[in-house]
Amino acid sequence: MRLINDLKLKVWRQDGPDAAGHFESHTVEKVSDEASFLEMLDQLNERLILENKEAIVFDHDCREGICGTCSLMINGQAHGPQRGSTTCQLHMRTFKSGDEIVIEPWRAKAFPIIKDLMVDRSSFDRIVEAGGFITAPTGGAPDANLILVPKPVADAAMDSAACIGCGACVAACPNGAASLFTGAKISHLNVLPQGQAERYKRVEAMVHAMDDQFGSCTNHGECSSACPKEISLDVIALMNSDFRKSKSKNRKALSRS
Amino acid sequence: MNTILNAKIPSGALHEKWDNYKADAKLVNPNNKRKFKVIVVGTGLAGASAAATLAELGYQVDAFTFHDSARRAHSIAAQGGINAAKNYQGDGDSINRLFVDTIKGGDFRSRESNVHRLAQVSVDIIDQMVAQGVPFAREYGGMLDNRSFGGAQVSRTFYARGQTGQQLLLGAYQQLSRQIGLGGVRLFNRTELVDVVVVDGRCSGIVVRDLLTGEITSHAAHAVVMATGGYGNVYFLSTNAMNSNVTASWRAHRRGAMFANPCFTQIHPTCIPQSDESQSKLTLMSESLRNDGRVWVPKNADDVRPADQIPESERDYYLERLYPSYGNLAARDVSSRAAKRLVDKGHGVGPLKNGVNLDFSAAIARLGRDVVQERYGNLFQMYERIAGEDPYSTPMRIYPATHYTMGGLWVDYELATTIPGLYAAGEANFSDHGANRLGASALMQGLSDGYFVLPYTISNELAPLLNKTIPTTDHPAFVQAEAEAHERFSGYLNVKGTRSPDWFHRELGKIIWDYCGMERTQQGLEKALSELPALYGEFQKDLRVTGTGESVNQTLEKAGRVDDFFQLGMLMCRDALDREESCGAHFRSEYQTDEGEALRNDQDFCHVSAYNSTGDPMNPDLVEEPLVFETAQLATRSYK
Repeated sequence: MRLINDLKLKVWRQDGPDAAGHFESHTVEKVSDEASFLEMLDQLNERLILENKEAIVFDHDCREGICGTCSLMINGQAHGPQRGSTTCQLHMRTFKSGDEIVIEPWRAKAFPIIKDLMVDRSSFDRIVEAGGFITAPTGGAPDANLILVPKPVADAAMDSAACIGCGACVAACPNGAASLFTGAKISHLNVLPQGQAERYKRVEAMVHAMDDQFGSCTNHGECSSACPKEISLDVIALMNSDFRKSKSKNRKALSRS
Repeated sequence: MNTILNAKIPSGALHEKWDNYKADAKLVNPNNKRKFKVIVVGTGLAGASAAATLAELGYQVDAFTFHDSARRAHSIAAQGGINAAKNYQGDGDSINRLFVDTIKGGDFRSRESNVHRLAQVSVDIIDQMVAQGVPFAREYGGMLDNRSFGGAQVSRTFYARGQTGQQLLLGAYQQLSRQIGLGGVRLFNRTELVDVVVVDGRCSGIVVRDLLTGEITSHAAHAVVMATGGYGNVYFLSTNAMNSNVTASWRAHRRGAMFANPCFTQIHPTCIPQSDESQSKLTLMSESLRNDGRVWVPKNADDVRPADQIPESERDYYLERLYPSYGNLAARDVSSRAAKRLVDKGHGVGPLKNGVNLDFSAAIARLGRDVVQERYGNLFQMYERIAGEDPYSTPMRIYPATHYTMGGLWVDYELATTIPGLYAAGEANFSDHGANRLGASALMQGLSDGYFVLPYTISNELAPLLNKTIPTTDHPAFVQAEAEAHERFSGYLNVKGTRSPDWFHRELGKIIWDYCGMERTQQGLEKALSELPALYGEFQKDLRVTGTGESVNQTLEKAGRVDDFFQLGMLMCRDALDREESCGAHFRSEYQTDEGEALRNDQDFCHVSAYNSTGDPMNPDLVEEPLVFETAQLATRSYK
């Protein structure tokens, strides 16, 4: 274990959704390089409570990079400088003594700030509710091995399904678009044999729900490089291709094909 | 207060009980279902699957989660897989074998009828999840792939890379989302349960706190389901998510639901060891790693050479040595204790000498790096992120950590608690895993309860209530519970002491880990029971919560959760002291064989210990539910 000293933190504080926000400066005098970034914030919060100040509010839960609850723009990068990982997987060994670290909430119109570093991402849930599922009520499923899924198809579905819904893609996008998130869910379900029956209905409903809330995609690609699960931009191409088909094909013709 | 427990086990042979139950269960006509309101608290595997299925049937469902989205529940972190008795590998699996393995794994401290039903419906779960689009691992021919897991000699575990829990939860979340979109479920996110309301002996609803505004509101219903997870965070350091807590179960307990086997807590053998004092969370490395990793420590306790410089002859592959037939796949409690003993004797590895090696060099030599990467790539990457070491070239360092709690709210065969109208599902109940849970069985139980058990048993309960009025939220019991909730939270804010909730949580965790962790003794438990009330007294006098109760205040949320953990901690130690035997994960040092294995006492302790709340967790009221084994043979568990 090595100690990192004199970190200069600039943290976004905002009392509520409609309050004006500001940066607050804190110095972290020492922290172990084995500590995670969020443990560093835990220690700062402990100190604030001892100083009779309100702790900094931030979302977090599993602390192992899978629940998608944690967020944070760290020095302008969603989830910080380490590629393919979430904020909770970032460790202080990435930083050195004397570094300045700017910590902000996700910045996107569709993710309004709740308090300090916490934002409201329920716009993502609205997209899934619109069609991000396969209609399969409990009870009527056939034997699992009756549905054969070629390994490459299962693997491709899994690559997209790995999305944790954290919102880094939106936060990183200059347009505040949610194409990577929506494309990932659509690609997960639309490549599987089980997902075919609702393929075009799904993509249409989800894209409309996305467009109602988020900015437009210009294939910038920041989303994919910020993505902690490194979801490929290909999912956006698949989404767009299926969306186009859903609009141009006659549905009745489609059902006979 | 309950003095006799009736588990309501249906008649008939073991394999006919569930069918008999379903055949006799009362039904609610489809047009009448919308007249019933069901509340589901928690949206993990058990909660989301129950809420979605009940809404599909036509009930009005209100679902509550303290997370921002239903997709965040801690079920998501399960890595390895889900068991099902499909026998797709043709290697001798069957419902009966899964049943026997689970009973044996639980060291004969679970209820036969519930466990058998779990094994029966396990096969339906896989069908259901595949239909929903869960991308399970496949063979090249397109059929489902399986892997083996600790405590079993067949390959019955279905998996989706190292993210099985995530994929299953997303499946259930999608089904829940569909119902939200259709209006069948109303979801209340960022809302935490603070009390359960009982009117005339029936559960009539709940009181919740909006975590964004601090507003406290009441919700009435015909039935309430607690799917609120386990209480492993009582140890402070555990593999549970930071926000997992016992509050919902504990509040139900205080209102009359009995709490069963609180001391049955599982320590998982493969976690990343603690790196320093200020650490707030431990990370699990899937047990599936033990399929190809070999566990060892240096034979010489003073050996500080790097792993690759220690020759084979100076390594102790202790699991292979002690348990030749199961080897590195011995059950979780057995593997954990073996690691603890060697570390306690000074054989630990790493800078703090607090871990054992999990070595993949033999697997890499045998299978090639690519195969190992395909099987465990994401886990290796996760380890590297946290520990800063590359497991392809250096062995992983692992050590046991608290992971799962087998104890929980007592439920009968219908998953009903001792408060009529209140149900408990998934990790929140105690029913299926006895004194020790086998790997890949938690996901199975959560989905079994939510998809395939509760929808039947709740209908049976609701049918006679048709067209009867139920208490509304202006009933004095709701008003009173709301007032108490206000008092509780303003109370924490008004202590104005000097220490944070986290400080108390850490101190509480140390006591519970030291005396009610992997090994327990009478002396240690008595010490814990003398220290806990003192520390709890300090908590009540010296707590400091900054901020207010009117906007997001995570310090205040934590204070309420730590308060309930204190009370639970006392009950756990009481229970561990009372159970004068070793069974499964409950290891009392006084009761062991000459070889250091758990020594059960079936004469005196072949029962479930269920507790009524007396308001003082130091002096609970114990009621025993005797366990009768008609099918499984009561035998000494052996993994040799």
